[in-house]
Amino acid sequence: MTDLATRLPVSRRQFMVGAAGLTFAFALPGVTDAALPASERVGKEFNPWLSIAPDGTITIMSAATEMGQGSMTSLPLILAEELDADWSRVRIVPVPPIDRLYSNPAYGMIYTAGSNAVRVYFQPLRMFGAQARRVLLDNAAKRWGVPVEELTTEPSVVVHAKSGRRLGYGEIATFAEIPDKAPEIKPDQLKKASAFRLIGKDVMRIEVPEKVNGRAQFAIDVHLPGMLYGAVVRAPVEGAAPDRIDDAKARAVAGMVKVIRLPYGVGVVAETPWAAFEAKRALAVTWTRTAKAWGFDSDAGLAAFTATARDLSQPGSEWFKAGDLRDALGKAATAMDATYLSDYAYHAQMEPLNAVASVSASGDAAEIWTGTQSPTTAHEATAKALGISRDKVKLNTFLMGGGFGRRGPRDSDFTVDAVLLAKQAGRPVKVMWTREDDIQNGRFRPLSAHYLRAGMDSSGRLVAWHHRHVGDRVTPFFDPVRYEANKRRDGILMAGTELGGYDVPHQLVEQLYQDTGVRTAPLRGIGFVANKFATESFMDEIARQRGVDPLQFRLGMLAKNPRAAKIVERVAAMADWRRERKGRALGLAYIDYSGTQVAGIAEVSLDRTSGQIAVHDFWCTIDCGIAIQPDNVVAQSESSIVYGLGIALSERITIKDGVVQQSNFYDYHVPRMNETPMMHIEVIPSDNVPTGVGQMATPLVAPAIGNAVARLAGVRLRHAPFTPERVKQALG
Amino acid sequence: MATNFVVNGRRASTDAPPATPLLWVIREQLKLTGTKFGCGTGLCGACTIHVDGKRAFSCQTQVSEIAGKSITTIEGLSPDSSHPLQKAWLAAQVPQCGYCQSGQIMSAAALLKEVPKPTRAQIVDHMSANICRCGTYQRIVGAVERAAREG
Ligand code: FES
Ligand code: FES
Repeated sequence: MTDLATRLPVSRRQFMVGAAGLTFAFALPGVTDAALPASERVGKEFNPWLSIAPDGTITIMSAATEMGQGSMTSLPLILAEELDADWSRVRIVPVPPIDRLYSNPAYGMIYTAGSNAVRVYFQPLRMFGAQARRVLLDNAAKRWGVPVEELTTEPSVVVHAKSGRRLGYGEIATFAEIPDKAPEIKPDQLKKASAFRLIGKDVMRIEVPEKVNGRAQFAIDVHLPGMLYGAVVRAPVEGAAPDRIDDAKARAVAGMVKVIRLPYGVGVVAETPWAAFEAKRALAVTWTRTAKAWGFDSDAGLAAFTATARDLSQPGSEWFKAGDLRDALGKAATAMDATYLSDYAYHAQMEPLNAVASVSASGDAAEIWTGTQSPTTAHEATAKALGISRDKVKLNTFLMGGGFGRRGPRDSDFTVDAVLLAKQAGRPVKVMWTREDDIQNGRFRPLSAHYLRAGMDSSGRLVAWHHRHVGDRVTPFFDPVRYEANKRRDGILMAGTELGGYDVPHQLVEQLYQDTGVRTAPLRGIGFVANKFATESFMDEIARQRGVDPLQFRLGMLAKNPRAAKIVERVAAMADWRRERKGRALGLAYIDYSGTQVAGIAEVSLDRTSGQIAVHDFWCTIDCGIAIQPDNVVAQSESSIVYGLGIALSERITIKDGVVQQSNFYDYHVPRMNETPMMHIEVIPSDNVPTGVGQMATPLVAPAIGNAVARLAGVRLRHAPFTPERVKQALG
Repeated sequence: MATNFVVNGRRASTDAPPATPLLWVIREQLKLTGTKFGCGTGLCGACTIHVDGKRAFSCQTQVSEIAGKSITTIEGLSPDSSHPLQKAWLAAQVPQCGYCQSGQIMSAAALLKEVPKPTRAQIVDHMSANICRCGTYQRIVGAVERAAREG
């Protein structure tokens, strides 16, 4: 069997570029390899994103890391479209961690998150593709001595129709001169949608074939010669450190090599994974008690959050404002208020966190193998942990067995585990978190309480909207650098509090920030999940209270927003909204998620004795602008709905004295096939610029279910997840 | 003491202690990394293999139980992704992150061996042992039905 180490990406070039700070200006000898994705670019470089080899192989860099969302394929596809490349000859290479070339414009670092990869890279990649195509055309024109206007392209071929001459891109690459300055392309010179050969055509994602035969490589699959296995007992509370370590039993485990004290825990390294896990279990560690989250209890914490939210004498900071809320509320003919709550939730990505690291004997250089949403922070955190500069760190990124926001924190916790253990062990180390580690060292969707007030004018129109948001901080913990760069605005927590899409003239969102010390992170759907549960449930509540159909009520506020109205009307038609069902009911939600329009309808029934909700069908419409890979938009929406179902019905992390109470899938229940509704997704065709698809439907699910239960049983569910106990309590 | 067994038609042997989960032997010693670690407790199915043709969680199968047995992993299902389930999986574009998919396919393969034409309810019942956090369930049902039809 080939050891994976011999096939690992060893990008000399990446190293040289990183070390010398050179720009991309030289070509490597052509080495082709049918396997995709590839690890190295080959051929002549047209720009930092593209090179073409003499044999016609086209290497395109992908700035998106792949965790199942598909953008590692979608981004190169956009460039290939404008280049008019033969897709069967394209190889995709993950970008090296050179921030100044490849950073995600929205984050200022290489980071795949927020479902924004296609949105932010779409225009630049089209431009890069078009510029490279122009360079090819110019070179062919020069060679043939014909005006460039007479040339056209077919996939990977420049054609001179008049003379019947053809030149393949690979051939042109052998003599092409690359201008110092990229040619100027005007927006109207880009391809029209009708001429697309790749966009909208459902091209096979490059890594999918390897995902049906076990060959897809995740970081957890890496083997290095002489590698040890590491496991870490981490302090249960962030900021605590090991106090007393009793490692007598651990040292007695056969195959155990070393116990290593870390600033935040205790690691063991061993010759086999089973020895590492056994030694870890045998450690007895006590912790310093100075950290903030000690003593924190999530039930009591949420009760305190709720009291704060409802106490109008405590002012919050202004997150969002439109019109004059206080004046409008004062003048309102009628008013309503309500409280909504959301618990901590856990990512549960299928691949437990892990990483492999190798550190040079003197500690002055390192190589890491990791699955990360942020090559930048993995690279940077490794350098920081070793006190060396980034150009001394070589990063190999892998497919991720799910990310959902967990795999990109500034401190790269799981990657640094491997780095620190490898340094102390003097051998390469693979660190694997068990599922229990993954939950108990989890970084969660924050706890939040929402107090909402609405004011209607005498015609019944919703004119005033007040949202007091009390939630646990996320960005300052998850990525303090980004928090400062964002002027101390915590979008991960607060996004989705605005009533995007709806016409409501007077709005005020107040934030009452809490810091419990609990570890937090963005989780699929970020703030939208808890915030839209509150706002879309309250919308429904207002409509019902006033005796108005919640569909008509929403459409009334979407009159000036035809894109939104269209998807809402369409989803209602798909679900046959008006038809009453015996023992079942429908609930609706609509969201403007960063420009993507989504609407969803859930059909539910209820077992009144057990309090169990069953979701039978879920209809969803999505307008994400130009759909690069339409079937993948459907797949991502299905995925988002199943994810939202768990957060809505069962997924709940509780904390006592700072310590996470759950430990594996028996007490953290994620949806299984027999709980999944039939999903009916429709992608609404659109020629708007592409917007995100990877998580937009997740926040629809809780409000759609809650609204359906309100229609079915006349009770309002105010606390997510809707566990059977909570449902029974609501039923009274 | 060495334990001898057969993996994907070839003889294999391990010195791992008898209580060691077979999962780790397969992944870390034999380097057949298509079989995945998800929970270690028999709750997710990412580690699903066949032992003498029957579905088993390799994290719940100890080395002591496999002497003389024949193990099949995803790598042994077909040499070239030509198993009807693998073809159906590609046609339906089932995998997202892909991490659970070896286990899903091995689980489905065991079902089709026992019930070549399963009903939808049988598929759902059988496959609910396997978690897919990416929520590919609807496509999995479709792919199993397709494989049963075309297989
Ligand atoms: S790893 Fe074996 S069932 Fe989850
Ligand atoms: S495809 Fe990601 S867990 Fe199933």
